[in-house]
Amino acid sequence: MSNGTSRAAFGRLAAAAIAAGIAYVPFAASAEGVVNIYSYRQPDLIKPVLEAFTAETGIKTEVLFLDKGLEDRILAEGTNSPADVILTVDIARLTNAKDKGVTQALDDATVNANLPAEYRDPEGHWFAVTKRARIIYASKDRVGDEPITYAELADPKWKGKICMRSGQHDYNLALFSAAIAHWGAEKTEEWMKGLKANLARKPDGGDRPQAKAIMAGECDIALGNSYYVGLMQTNEKDPEEKEWAAAIKVKFPTFENGGTHVNISGAALAKNAPNRDNAVKLIQFLTTHKAQQIYADQVFEYPVEPGLEPNAIVKSFGELKADTLPLAEIAKNRKAASEMVDRVGVDDGPSS
Amino acid sequence: MTVPALSDAGAAAPHRPMRQRHPGLVALVALACAVVLLPIGALALLAVSGTGEDWPHLARNVVPGAALTTIQLIVLTSAGTAIIGVATAWMTVAYDFPFRRTLSWMLVLPLAVPPYLAAYAFAEFFLFTGPVQTAYRALFGFQTVRDYWFPDIRSTGGAAFVLALVLYPYVYLTTRVVFLMQGRNIADVARTLGARPAKVFFRVLLPVARPAIVAGVSLVLMETINDIGASEYLGVRTMTTAIFTTWINRSSLEGAAQIAMVMLVLVFALLAAEQWARRRQRFHNPRATQIRSRPPRIRVGGVAAIALPAALLLPVALGFGVPVYVFGRYAWRRIEHVANAELASALANSVMTAAITALLTVSLALLLIHAVRLSRSQPVGILVRLASLGYALPGTIIGLGLLFALAGLDNMVDAFARANLGFSTGLIITGSAGAVVIACTIRFLALAEGGIKSGLEKLPPHLDEAARSLGRSPTASAATILLPLLRPAIWTAAVLVFVDTMKELSATILLRPFGFNTLATLVYEHASRAVVADGALAALLIILVATVPVVLLSNALARDQNASL
Repeated sequence: MSNGTSRAAFGRLAAAAIAAGIAYVPFAASAEGVVNIYSYRQPDLIKPVLEAFTAETGIKTEVLFLDKGLEDRILAEGTNSPADVILTVDIARLTNAKDKGVTQALDDATVNANLPAEYRDPEGHWFAVTKRARIIYASKDRVGDEPITYAELADPKWKGKICMRSGQHDYNLALFSAAIAHWGAEKTEEWMKGLKANLARKPDGGDRPQAKAIMAGECDIALGNSYYVGLMQTNEKDPEEKEWAAAIKVKFPTFENGGTHVNISGAALAKNAPNRDNAVKLIQFLTTHKAQQIYADQVFEYPVEPGLEPNAIVKSFGELKADTLPLAEIAKNRKAASEMVDRVGVDDGPSS
Repeated sequence: MTVPALSDAGAAAPHRPMRQRHPGLVALVALACAVVLLPIGALALLAVSGTGEDWPHLARNVVPGAALTTIQLIVLTSAGTAIIGVATAWMTVAYDFPFRRTLSWMLVLPLAVPPYLAAYAFAEFFLFTGPVQTAYRALFGFQTVRDYWFPDIRSTGGAAFVLALVLYPYVYLTTRVVFLMQGRNIADVARTLGARPAKVFFRVLLPVARPAIVAGVSLVLMETINDIGASEYLGVRTMTTAIFTTWINRSSLEGAAQIAMVMLVLVFALLAAEQWARRRQRFHNPRATQIRSRPPRIRVGGVAAIALPAALLLPVALGFGVPVYVFGRYAWRRIEHVANAELASALANSVMTAAITALLTVSLALLLIHAVRLSRSQPVGILVRLASLGYALPGTIIGLGLLFALAGLDNMVDAFARANLGFSTGLIITGSAGAVVIACTIRFLALAEGGIKSGLEKLPPHLDEAARSLGRSPTASAATILLPLLRPAIWTAAVLVFVDTMKELSATILLRPFGFNTLATLVYEHASRAVVADGALAALLIILVATVPVVLLSNALARDQNASL
C-alpha cells in the first residue's frame, strides 16, 4: 500500500469515526427530497438504478438492506415507520407484505401504462420491476442438446445427477408453488419425491456453487436463476467464476403449457410512507424505459417492459417463453410448498 | 454454644433491612431486569398469541429430524470444544516446550472468527475445488469426485468440526485458569500418594476443573444453538432452521416464537440439570498467594519438543489460519478498496458499537451480580439467569422480540409527545443505532455475567465482608475491595463482549438505522448476493480487529500470575 493510500485511508477513517457517532442520533423519517427504501435486494444490485433516479429527479435515496423481517420491522414501527418504498425479490414476499398490511394501494396512470397488468397487483399493492427465469444449468460435456421439462427432473434417468440449493429457498419454493398450481398438490409431491431421489447431494449453497459443482463433476444438471449465468460470465474479480460459467449451458425447462417458471423482483409503496410523493416518483421511474434498460444490462435480468430486449448475453441463452400462470397463484401456494419440502425431506438429500 | 446462634442471626439479619436500605439499587436492578427481559417477554407474548396450528406439521415432518440433528450438533461441538479446550489448556500449563508462551496466546485467536465466516472459509478450503482436495487428487491421480471418497464438510459432522474449531477458546480460557490456579497443587498431593499421571488427570484434575469446563461448554452450547449462518451454509437443518422456515416461508411469526420458547426452556433445563448434578460438590479455591509458589512445568525434550508445539498449532492453524488464508486471498485481489469510505465507516461503526456495548454490558453485569449477592433474592437470580439465556436464541429472533418492544415504546413516547407537547419525537431508539447497542448488550449479557461471576467465585469468600465488618457499606466495600481484584475477570468479560459484538450480524442487520453498516453487515450484503469474495476485506477486518483485544487478553493470560483470569 502506498503512503498516499494509507493517508487517504486514515482520513476516511477519521471522517467515518465522526459519522459513526451520528448514527446514535435518531434518523429523521421525513426530509425534503429524500426517499427511504427498505430493501431485500442487495444494495449493489440496485445502486445503478437508484443513481439514475437521483440524477434525473434530484431526489436522494436512503437504502436499508434487511435479510429477514422487513415486513415485521415496518409493522412494529407502525405510523412512525420511515419506510417509503419496499424493494424485494420473489412474488411471495410482495404478497406477504400486502397481507401483513404494510403496503398501500397505488393507482398511478404512469405506472399502469408502463406495466402490463400481469406484472402488478390488481389492487395496486405491488409492482414487478424485473423478471428472472428458473432455468437449468447443464454440463456442456455430459448433457446433450435435448430440451428438459420440469417434469423430467423426477425421471430416474437423472438419478444422482441433479444439484440444487435448499428447497426452502424463495426461488425453489416459488417453482414448487407454480408446480402445485399446474399439477395439483398430489402429483407435485410425487414429482418432488422423484426430484429428491435424483439429487447428487444434499441441497446447499447458493445458485452459483451449483454451476461450480457441475464443473467439478459432482452433478450434470442444476436448478438456477437466469441472471447468475451472466454475472458469472462477466466476473472479472474472480475469474474462476468464468470457468464455472464456461462449464455449463442454459436450458429453459418448461411446464406442459410450454412456459418457463418466472419470478419477479418488485416494489411496493409502504403504508405510512412519510415521503409519499417521492416514493411514487421512484416507483414510476423503476418502470420507465431508462430504468428497465439499466436492470437488463447491469444485472442481466429480464425487463418487464413489453418489447424491450434483454441484454445480449442473456439473449444468447435462447428465447425465454414465460409461464402464463398468474403470479398471485404462485404466491398463494407458498405455505403448501414449504410444508411439502419438509414432508418429502428434499433438504435431507437423496439417500435418506 | 453461642457461635452458631450468632452466625445464624448474622445470615438472617441482612435480609429485610438490606432491601429497605437500598431502594435506589433495587429500583435500578428492577429497571435493568425489565430491559434485559424485554425481548424474551415480547417473544413469549407472541408465542402465546399463536394458535399452535404449525405444530401438527412440525411434529410430524420437522421436529424428529431437526431435533436429532440439533442434538448431534450440540454433542459433537461440545465434545470437540471440551477435548480441544481442556487438552490445550493442560498442555500449556503443565509442560514446558519451545514456543509455549506464544502458543498459549495464539490458541485464543480462533475466537476472532465469526462462525458464519468460518463455515464459508472451510467450505472453500475443503470442498472439491479447494486446495486440500486438489492436492489430494494430484497426489493420487484422481480426476472427478466419483473417483475417491473425502469427508464432506457439508454435514452435521462438518458443521460441528467448524464450530468446534472457532468456539473451543471459550473452554480453553475458562479451564486454563483453573489449571493454573490449583490444578498442580492438588495434582502433586495425588502424586505423592502414589497415583499415576493419567489417573491424576482424570480422577483429580478434571473433576476439579468441572465447573470451569461447564462454564466454557455452556457458552459453546448456546453459541451452537443460536447459530444459523454456519449451519445454513453447510446445509445442516437444526431446530433453529425450523424457526426460520416457520416464520418466513410459512408466514407464522407466532409459530416461530413458540419453537424459540420451547428451545429456551430446554436449554434452561439442561443447564439447571448440570448444576443440580453437582449440587453436593463444593469447589474451594486457594488464595492467590499460592500461585506464586506453583511448581515448575515439566520440561519435555526429544520428539515431544516438536510434537507438542505442532499439536497445539493445529487448532490455531485450522480455526484461525484457514479463514485468514481464504479471505486474505480474496481481499488481496481487492486491496485497492482498502481506502474505501464505506469500509472505513463500517469499521468505525463496528468498533464504536462494540466498545459501547462492552462497556454497557459489563456495567450491567456488575450491577446485577452485586444486586444478587447483596439481596440473596432468588427471584432476582433466576430472572438474571433467564435473561442471559437469550444468548441461546438466534440474534434475529432476539432482535425481533426487541424490535416489537422498543418500537412500541418509541411509539408510546411519540404519541405522548404529540398529544401533550405538540411535536413528534419519531422513533428515538429504533430509529438510531441505540437499538443495535441494546440488542447486543442483552444478547451478550451471559458472556459478561458468566465471566465476572466465575472470577468472583475464585476469590476467597467473605473478602468484602471483612470490609463490611469494619463499617463500610456493602456497595462501597464491593467497589473498593472486590472491584480491583476482579479487574482481570472484568477485562476478560469486556473483551469477549467486544469481540462477539464485532462478529454480531443478525440482530444488527434487523435493527440498524439507515446508512448504518458494520463490518459484519457489509460482509453480509455481499454474501447475500452470492459474492462473499467482495466482502472479503470487511471479513478480514472483522477478524483482525477482533484479534487485537484477544491478543491483549491472551498476553495477560500468558503471565501466569494473573490468577483471577
